[in-house]
Amino acid sequence: MQYAISILLSGVSLGGQYALIAIGYTMVYGILRLINFAHGDVFMVAGLMMVYLSASISPLAALPLVVILTALLGFVIERAAYKPLRSAPRMSVMISAIGVSYLLQNLATYVTGGLPQMYPDLPFLSKSVNILGAPTKWVTVVTPFLVVILVIALTQLIHHTKIGMAMRAVAKDFETSQLMGIKINSVISITFIIGSLLAGLGSALYFTNYQSIVPLSGALPGLRAFVAAVFGGIGSIPGAVVGAFLIGISETIIKGSSWSVFSDAFTFALLIVILVVKPTGLFGEKVTDKV
Amino acid sequence: MKKLLAMLLSCSLILALAAGCSGTGSGGSAATPAPSDNGGDRPDPGSKIVRIGVFEPATGDSGAGGKQEMLGMQYANKVTPTVEIGGEVYNVELVYADNGSDPAKAPTAASDLVSKDVSLVLGSYGSGVSMAGGPVFNEAGLSAIGVTCTNPGVTAGNDYYFRICFLDPFQGTVLANFATEKFSAQKAYLLGELGNEYDQGLISYFEQAFSGTVVKDSFPTNTSDFTTFLNKAVSEKADVIFCPVSIAYSTQIVKQAASLGIDIPILGSDTLDSNMVLEAASGSNVQLYVSTFYQEGGSPDFDNGIKEWINSDSTAKTNNGGNDTIAAVTAMGFDSYYVALEAIKSAGSTDPAAVKAALSGVTYTGVSGAIAFDDTGDAIRDTAYIKTADTANNVWTLETVQTVG
Amino acid sequence: MLQKQNNKRGAWIALLCVAALLILVMVLENTIKPTHMLFTVLKKGAVYALVACSMNLLNGFTGLFSLGQAGFMLVGAYTYAILTIPVADRDAVYYLYNGSALKFSLPDLFGGANSPVGLILGVLIALVLAGCMSALIAWLIGLPVLRLKSDYLAIATLGFGEIVRSVLQWDKLGPVTNGANALKNFPTFSSFNIKNASGEVIFRLSAFVPFLLAAVCIGIIVLLINSSYGRAFKAIREDEVAAEAMGINLAQHKRLSFCISSFFAGVGGGMFAMFANQAQAKTFTTAMTYEFLLIVVIGGIGSISGSCIASFLYVAASEWWLRFLDSETYLFNGTFKVPFLRTGFRMVVFSIIIMIVVLFFRRGIMGDKELFDLFRPRKPKQMAKAGDHNG
Repeated sequence: MQYAISILLSGVSLGGQYALIAIGYTMVYGILRLINFAHGDVFMVAGLMMVYLSASISPLAALPLVVILTALLGFVIERAAYKPLRSAPRMSVMISAIGVSYLLQNLATYVTGGLPQMYPDLPFLSKSVNILGAPTKWVTVVTPFLVVILVIALTQLIHHTKIGMAMRAVAKDFETSQLMGIKINSVISITFIIGSLLAGLGSALYFTNYQSIVPLSGALPGLRAFVAAVFGGIGSIPGAVVGAFLIGISETIIKGSSWSVFSDAFTFALLIVILVVKPTGLFGEKVTDKV
Repeated sequence: MKKLLAMLLSCSLILALAAGCSGTGSGGSAATPAPSDNGGDRPDPGSKIVRIGVFEPATGDSGAGGKQEMLGMQYANKVTPTVEIGGEVYNVELVYADNGSDPAKAPTAASDLVSKDVSLVLGSYGSGVSMAGGPVFNEAGLSAIGVTCTNPGVTAGNDYYFRICFLDPFQGTVLANFATEKFSAQKAYLLGELGNEYDQGLISYFEQAFSGTVVKDSFPTNTSDFTTFLNKAVSEKADVIFCPVSIAYSTQIVKQAASLGIDIPILGSDTLDSNMVLEAASGSNVQLYVSTFYQEGGSPDFDNGIKEWINSDSTAKTNNGGNDTIAAVTAMGFDSYYVALEAIKSAGSTDPAAVKAALSGVTYTGVSGAIAFDDTGDAIRDTAYIKTADTANNVWTLETVQTVG
Repeated sequence: MLQKQNNKRGAWIALLCVAALLILVMVLENTIKPTHMLFTVLKKGAVYALVACSMNLLNGFTGLFSLGQAGFMLVGAYTYAILTIPVADRDAVYYLYNGSALKFSLPDLFGGANSPVGLILGVLIALVLAGCMSALIAWLIGLPVLRLKSDYLAIATLGFGEIVRSVLQWDKLGPVTNGANALKNFPTFSSFNIKNASGEVIFRLSAFVPFLLAAVCIGIIVLLINSSYGRAFKAIREDEVAAEAMGINLAQHKRLSFCISSFFAGVGGGMFAMFANQAQAKTFTTAMTYEFLLIVVIGGIGSISGSCIASFLYVAASEWWLRFLDSETYLFNGTFKVPFLRTGFRMVVFSIIIMIVVLFFRRGIMGDKELFDLFRPRKPKQMAKAGDHNG
């Protein structure tokens, strides 16, 4: 019983952390039709920034700074690596994203000298707590609630503000919305900023749980979050969140079983099945290709 | 325009080929790795140079361990920067190649060393990369001294690979015996990285020597969530957890075990003997036991000397994880350098073939004990130190010295 | 008529150049010091060139964006290794599983890896089987996956690579795949060096062999591209709907391209195992696929000679020319430490170079032209190049 609860707890918190990354993927994909491969690495860089900043200032003060810097990083990446390719084929942009991911990982290796970095303890979040006899950290308990609050805020933003309307318009039809006078560049920038903000927050939660950061720390969570986004129906924020929770929980359950070798393989097998059976995912909209 | 660009690039390719033809090592000599901070006590730079290759990971998940091993060699190089060969004084130069903890990168890193005219090679930390680089050294007729690569596959079938540490069948047996004797363990939970030959090898040797039942698990590379595995160990009611994983993972496992409040003893292999793991355990109730090659205090002269150096050199200190606790791999790296010097001395030449021939007969008593090679090139060693983490004072204390007959 | 003659002449020139290159490699290998870094680069470059070309066939010529290359290489590498490890060495390699479940090895069937016949036949058959195995698996995967479009296909094939990796590392398959441990002791490129009775190498072929193998395979790919199938592939790349309207069977041609590409990726995987002296599932990661993708982009999507040139440049730059960036360097007798140089800087510089190519030289070195197009007399009216935006 205690074991089952502890599995469920880590599954839910992992799912929540994936959800925060998955939102970034799904929003960018919704608007640019681009799989932002660098997103997982932005997440990792956010963790590293926290490590280096908290060496000089207190973690509580560093946290907002890190989130802002991460947003800035997302903005810079979009302007430098994706904007020049706006008229290029989709494949070129995707390759550029892979290039950025490669660059961020190598930069992280260079800066850290290849040594794993320890994420600082955050007050309160790092404290231990007992839930029905299963020991865990407060962050595990906080994560799902925080995610739900953020998602509600985000959907409000998208459905009830002017910028949200612009985002929906751009996602629907890129060129027409441009003709209607929407400044698509700023809309895209804002999308990247929001996505990176959430990745920054997600990194604080994730690395409080799993404290060691290596340059490849972002790669696997990034891929899994992407799978979650596809699973939930890419372009849909609630879909991404539901998908992330499902992926997180099933991953921990498999790890807890005697099939732990296949925990990653399962995630990807699920992806292929979803793509083949229902490519639009759980909540995605059906689109027909125009000839 | 495109035409011009294409022509230019093809020309540069041809030029590069031509550069390759013009004499030996024109590409290799571009890099001149200088030993860190070479003080004033070096002989005049005009004298001859003998090069020793350092085949270690500086990046990747064994990067931390590789760097600590290199510290030992760098310190030894600082203490003894010269060697006398046939009456002439040679400067010893360490030539580095980073194998990135990755068996796919290891062969090219090894070829890089081979092309730089080294007399012999030291390393590597991590058995997988040593096995990947081994055939390259073998083919080039260059001998290599494994420092802490404990898997039997490193030296088996490779005449040119030697090693100065004990082997995994021995280490696995030692730890299995220790688990039985100390904790009367009936059930062990074994956790290793998927696809890591070092981890999987040790786990199966442990399993063979262990009298009770075992539960085995593997995690994929780059995993960071170990809570599930640890909880599983608890629910399986394991008496000990054995996780012979690399430093990057062991720090996380220990951290997460600490936050879960796990009171099952964690047994580790030589990779866990790192101050970073110690740091991760500090202040918690985790019971951590590791088997290793050297215990601080084994040679006070060495301990004091290297501590002084580490404290005076900021790069060295960073590479050692920010403090001056001496890892066993550092001591082993220190010894390996002197074994190499002995081999060069008794060969009386810098020629790799002569060094290889001399190496098998070398005996040397270093800070980690006496070193002599058997027929396969393995060190004859029958002692392992088992240390435990004193989490309150953040130091390793010696638990017991284990031998297997 | 004139066009045809031109083509024929071009083919002859190409063949001559390749032959000259092969001879050059052979001469170089036996004149320069064999431990020179150049040869490592040449061997790895040849292997990478083959895999990059196979990827280009799929991504550049058929317009199917697949990221499964490392997975297919892995299948090929394992097939090759499992079939060629000498029976005598099997117990040592499979030491955790008490010997291998397969009690034969191809070179042994033909007289052992030490006899020329056994070596050549054994290795060749094993490589072909490695390719066939990859192609077979590609066919199976292709049934569901090839229906997907652009980036969805990319993600699905990427996932496939990860799945293959964990299946091959599965403990239960240990007696065949050696679990997570490396497969080794099989014939490598160096086995082809000709030795005299006392075991000394008298004639080196270790760089020539991968060149020859890669040249033959790439030759086949080029022939395929210039055949009616190749034209059908290009038609699919330009516009699927239009191609279908022209009577091209989309599903069949896509599957064909996918299987052929995987075949050569499998052969390339076997050759990579020969280069690396071992085969281990851990090394065939997604990052490896990205490497090939970047090579294809640098060389020019849709240019075989571009992929070849880019492979050698890429390998040489990352393994050889830029290596000095990784070591701390002191100039002027150790008084001046060159800033920034330390471990990892090589890869930073390297990835910046890649980003510059991706952003500013979008068409790569060769665009979609071949090397020999550049030396042809420029026709008064170049065919308008359409379709850059449909990729």
